[in-house]
Amino acid sequence: MKRFSAFNVVSLTLGFAFLYLPMIILVIYSFNDSKLVTVWAGFSTKWYGELLQNEAFLDAAWVTIRVAVASSTIATVLGTMAAYVLVRAGRFHGRTLFSGMIYAPLVMPEVITGLSLLLLFIGIGLDRGIVTIILAHTTFSMCYVSVVVSSRLVSFDQSLEEAALDLGCTPFAAFRLVTLPIIAPAVISGWLLAFTLSLDDLVIASFTAGPSATTLPIKIFSAVRLGVSPEINALSTIMIGIVTVGVITASLVSKRASVKQQAEEQAAVRTA
Amino acid sequence: MRRLTLIAVPYLWLLALFLVPFLIVLKISLSDTAIAIPPYTPTLDLSGGWAAVKAFWAELDMENFVWLTEDDLYWKAYLSSVKIAFVATVLTLLAGYPIAYAMARAAPEWRPTLLMLVILPFWTSFLIRVYAWMGILSNEGLLNGFLIWTGLISEPLTILNTNIAVYIGIVYTYLPFMILPIYSALEKMDDSLLEAAEDLGCSRLQAFWLITVPLSKQGIIAGCFLVFIPVVGEFVIPSLLGGSGTLMIGKVLFEEFFNNRDWPVASAVAVILLLILIIPIILFQRNEQKQREAEG
Repeated sequence: MKRFSAFNVVSLTLGFAFLYLPMIILVIYSFNDSKLVTVWAGFSTKWYGELLQNEAFLDAAWVTIRVAVASSTIATVLGTMAAYVLVRAGRFHGRTLFSGMIYAPLVMPEVITGLSLLLLFIGIGLDRGIVTIILAHTTFSMCYVSVVVSSRLVSFDQSLEEAALDLGCTPFAAFRLVTLPIIAPAVISGWLLAFTLSLDDLVIASFTAGPSATTLPIKIFSAVRLGVSPEINALSTIMIGIVTVGVITASLVSKRASVKQQAEEQAAVRTA
Repeated sequence: MRRLTLIAVPYLWLLALFLVPFLIVLKISLSDTAIAIPPYTPTLDLSGGWAAVKAFWAELDMENFVWLTEDDLYWKAYLSSVKIAFVATVLTLLAGYPIAYAMARAAPEWRPTLLMLVILPFWTSFLIRVYAWMGILSNEGLLNGFLIWTGLISEPLTILNTNIAVYIGIVYTYLPFMILPIYSALEKMDDSLLEAAEDLGCSRLQAFWLITVPLSKQGIIAGCFLVFIPVVGEFVIPSLLGGSGTLMIGKVLFEEFFNNRDWPVASAVAVILLLILIIPIILFQRNEQKQREAEG
């Protein structure tokens, strides 16, 4: 029997209070009427109105979304390929270097990744802008995707693929009809992870963005360096809201999918 | 043929956008600062043939690294980053272990929800989570307001722009990285071991020290590395929550590059930062490998 003592209750309560209170306070104060961010002066939504008028923020948000969609999509394709290579391709020349290059960016300090990419872009004469940010984000997020996808590929029964090949599938058809549906949840969570990493990134984007393209985190950072501002509180609240809805929906969907999959597997076992 | 394409595409991408850029950093760290575009010499001109390559090679030197050891600022910044990262890792472990422990002891039907509550902040913008503390910790902030209201203090405490604020920010943002590996180690633990220990005369605390802690060792090690390694190069937290006295190498590198535009020195700073991190990175990879082998 598990013991769930008062100590456990206290640590969970304090732990979650610590994790959530700062964000709850931020959300509450985004509805504060006062410009002074620490004095409560009544409920107001005016900062949201001002935010929607602020074209610099809207432009930056649009750039950020385009970068995130493009980089996470390319990263998902490359990362899935890389995972396949790591798990299935067996031995080949330079395999150690390859897996090193997959794992290293995960722990590489962002300042180094950013600096090195910037020096590369300058070296080859590529103008900094939206393209360079996409290239940079794709590179680090493909590594996260490949880690997520390869953990799924490892636990996957390879005989299913072999069966498809024996039954006359081309390797590509076997991938599309057998492998992809099975690893799909991991591919989707890899995409989501890459997408959020891209939305979130400040340091690498600061190095690789040019005057023509500024992302939202860069804008937020330069605004909050000067201190707390109610407009940023409103913007943060919108972002927290989107993430919360997104994560809860995704977890409900994946729960339903896993229940459905279990039911199907059981049905298959019964018919067999 | 198909296999070759499959390997070549991600391989070449990483070579071009991860390895080559790093070699460029290494090369520039050995160059000299110059008032030119790009602001360093020598630049390699392949059209000059073998002689040009030789001349280029001859001009590279360790001057920037010598300069880094002579200027106090840099080695103090390295030391202080490692120290801050170490203290912050210990604090995160102390805060994270009880939470992970309580999660692993919670009823199984509650665990997915608790797990999601730990992961949710991780999906929220890092920048926003750090920013949230600025309004709480400032002199006129909510924490000081609350403490004055309770009568514990009469004058506001200066917390924002000090190292204390940096520690709070690190523990807050990196807590999920500590909780998750420890939780996954504790969750697998067989409870009958604890019962056996108690039957054999252990007190609860002894059973915890002799059984629970050693069994969660892998999780503790993984969590500590996941916090320590990125914190050494942290930039956002010291710039927003730290003050002029907070010396961290990520911030120094950023400023060296953007404010002083000294590319060779910034590159040398990056190379040394990586050398410092290589040991913990290798230890971390070993730990992960050991865990995979133990499971597989």
